[in-house]
Amino acid sequence: MLARLKALDTGRYSIFLILGAVVVVASFLSENFMTTNNVTNVLRQVAVITILAYGAMTLIIAGMIDLSAGAVMAFAGVVSVIVYKDTSSMLLAILAGIVVGVACNLVNAFLVATLRTPAFIVTLGMMMIARGAVLQLTQGQNVLQLGDFVVLGQGSLGPIPLPTLFLVIITVIVWYLMSQTRYGRSLYAVGGNEEAARAAGIAVERVKYQAFIVNGVLVGFAGVIFMARVNAGLPNAGVGYELQAITAPIIGGTSFSGGIGTTAGTLAGALIVGVLGNIMNLTGVGSYVQQIVMGVIIAVAVAYDVWSKRGKRKTVILKNDGEADGQPPASGEAPVPAGSGTASGRQGKGVSP
Amino acid sequence: MSAAVASETPRLTVTGVSKSFPGVMALQDVTFTVRPGTVHALCGENGAGKSTLMKIINGIYSPDTGEMRIDDEPVRVRNPIEARAKGIAMISQELNYVPDMTIAESFFIGRLPTRFGKVDWAHMRREARRLLAEEGLDYSVNRKLGSLTVSEIQTLEILRAVYHDADVLIMDEPTSAIAHREVASLFAKIRRLRAEGKAIIYISHKMDEVFELADDVTVLRDGTVVSSQPASEIGPETVIAQMVGRDLDHQSYPKEHAEIGDTVLEARGLSNSQLFEDISLSVRKGEIVGLAGLIGAGRSEVVRAIFGLETLDAGEIEVDGQAVRLRSPKAAIDQGVVMLSEDRRLVGIIPQMSIKQNATLASLRKVIRGGFTRRREEETIAKEYFDRLSVKAPSSETRISSLSGGNQQKVLLARWLIAEPKVLLLDEPTRGIDVGAKFEIYKIMTQLARQGRGILMISSELPELIGMCDRIYVMAAGRLTAELTPDQYSQETILTHAMNDSEVV
Ligand SMILES: Nc1ncnc2c1ncn2[C@@H]1O[C@H](COP(=O)(O)OP(=O)(O)OP(=O)(O)O)[C@@H](O)[C@H]1O
Ligand SMILES: [Mg+2]
Repeated sequence: MLARLKALDTGRYSIFLILGAVVVVASFLSENFMTTNNVTNVLRQVAVITILAYGAMTLIIAGMIDLSAGAVMAFAGVVSVIVYKDTSSMLLAILAGIVVGVACNLVNAFLVATLRTPAFIVTLGMMMIARGAVLQLTQGQNVLQLGDFVVLGQGSLGPIPLPTLFLVIITVIVWYLMSQTRYGRSLYAVGGNEEAARAAGIAVERVKYQAFIVNGVLVGFAGVIFMARVNAGLPNAGVGYELQAITAPIIGGTSFSGGIGTTAGTLAGALIVGVLGNIMNLTGVGSYVQQIVMGVIIAVAVAYDVWSKRGKRKTVILKNDGEADGQPPASGEAPVPAGSGTASGRQGKGVSP
Repeated sequence: MSAAVASETPRLTVTGVSKSFPGVMALQDVTFTVRPGTVHALCGENGAGKSTLMKIINGIYSPDTGEMRIDDEPVRVRNPIEARAKGIAMISQELNYVPDMTIAESFFIGRLPTRFGKVDWAHMRREARRLLAEEGLDYSVNRKLGSLTVSEIQTLEILRAVYHDADVLIMDEPTSAIAHREVASLFAKIRRLRAEGKAIIYISHKMDEVFELADDVTVLRDGTVVSSQPASEIGPETVIAQMVGRDLDHQSYPKEHAEIGDTVLEARGLSNSQLFEDISLSVRKGEIVGLAGLIGAGRSEVVRAIFGLETLDAGEIEVDGQAVRLRSPKAAIDQGVVMLSEDRRLVGIIPQMSIKQNATLASLRKVIRGGFTRRREEETIAKEYFDRLSVKAPSSETRISSLSGGNQQKVLLARWLIAEPKVLLLDEPTRGIDVGAKFEIYKIMTQLARQGRGILMISSELPELIGMCDRIYVMAAGRLTAELTPDQYSQETILTHAMNDSEVV
């Protein structure tokens, strides 16, 4: 009975249970955790990473990846800051940030979708290009004195910090795109089986462009909020953010092999990471140790993703009832005999002279 | 006859095997015995549990209960590698190949020959070349699997399983994708193996094959064994009745007269320098047109090219009299031309999606309207077609990858019916489908014809082509060699034209 309940529910909701558990444990570890002040603070802090995480989720579901997110975010944020200082127009500044984000991602999309270069390589290149561009633009100097621009990152609407408000709005939009539109459905199909999606009449290239454009808007906007929050245009900002942005969806159940993932899961994943970082700060865990902890979490989340998929084969091999068979049915990969994928790749090279 | 050859100890016994998946009891207390030196056929409807039982024997799944013995020794097989070590080999129903692997590699994957600790590529290629030559196949062993058709890959799988000689050979619908000539050579091979004392488990929906080969027949229905006996004591009608649990009388094809209208699809001079040359064909409204030929004749490639999945070097296509350029499946579908692929794994299913989402994938406009997904309508539409095709699944939210092969095929057919096309290109539409459901599919084809849609069907089952088609084109070596009308139909005529490649070259 209990086992059955577990089987039914934990699969889909386990991530929210974990989030709940983390929050409960955190509130026991530090009495400062549950204060209004701290909660607002956490929500303000997670905004940027979560927005980036939605972009990462979009691409991962479609079977791609973006390693340039951190650098492009810095580039977009700094351009936005400069435009604001020149024009004093908040709107123009935000638009400029978004335009930079989208432009960089259109280049990514062209190389990935049109020229069929692997996204990993393309966005690695874009990471260097964008970082180089923003450093060149600023000559490595921080842009200071932003004036009213900081409102975007530090302001509040009543008790709600503006970044949090933006995050809520963006969450709704991303949820809508992913679950209600043809674009969203196509994205899942392309990530699930690209050839089959094409043969079902989905314009695979267009979907990939769309995914990169969505990612570009999110990355660009994240850059704007980030710079506003720190009250400076930092050309060195966002180093490593692309990886943090990937962590959240993976913890939240997005499959690295594409085709699976939800907005709510990604939000929960981002909140887990945010709360963990916060509680480590509150309890005085040093920043070096924090890095180690985060690294372990990423490794565990990815390993779990891989394991749970191979695990399905394991699952059925375990003899007992309960636990094992409770998991969702084995997915497509009708188990392949002995090392197929990677092994063959290597052999491929061996054979062709 | 082979009972004399067979010794008393069974080669393989499974006793009391049960296996459940969430929401499905796939096998229930199944007991199954295979004697050495025999072919044991396993029959049952789509979803009866045949593949599940075989996967348990091959160590891919472990049973909830039950045990297994080989030569009367209790054994535990936890994965396919252990199974192979115990002398069990399986040709699985769903082709599972790495498109970038070469033919030579595919033969030896999992047991690469080594020499001084280094993989012996030369030996590998030599062996592979020898195997192909014995089979009369002349492709280069360095060719990538991705460049072969499904039936060619199937043939290679069979070659491979036989090569690594096993004592128990499981064949899960080995002939579902191969053509006449290859079937004959497969049967010869099976007979040879039987004479050598091997035990062969043979799964097929084709009764003539079953009764041509089998010494024993076991029938599964809904996960339980209905009967198990020597083939000589039972006939096809009984087997079918036991499979479906009632009497079924439809020996003939449900072909009905449909009004033949204007030409709906016209192809002129289609060529692709690698694959086929100068193909001209037409399909009229209400017409069911067949495309026959041996494997490698280029039938699938022609159909894929019409659907925008292969490039055309020359040729024109007209739909409803309008010249169109179908550069992608999307363009084809927009023009009302759809294709059911022969490779449902690679170009059919989206494994992570539910059967409902798979079914509506080509008609998203119908279910996502006005900015929102209409879940209830999506459910209604999908359900209607699942009922019509009697798709067997716990619910419409079930992931397609957990369905039996035949049921996946039905979901893909539903996808194209929902799209309400003008022309259906069906590449082996009844592949892996059980007798009862096959009849349903023929009925649906007839119905589609009566609605004025045109159908171009590839099939390697000649009786099916002869029974259903108004006209049959025959291809050999990438060219059309004949266009036959019903008065000219006979298996011999079709085969003669299909093997007519000498004249073309
Ligand atoms: N991995 C799985 N997860 C969940 N259900 C499964 C899984 N594999 C099989 N099933 C279910 O078990 C039942 C038996 O399936 P199986 O594949 O053995 O049928 P089959 O007799 O081989 O049918 P077919 O003739 O269509 O190949 C089906 O209802 C199927 O949906
Ligand atoms: Mg099967």
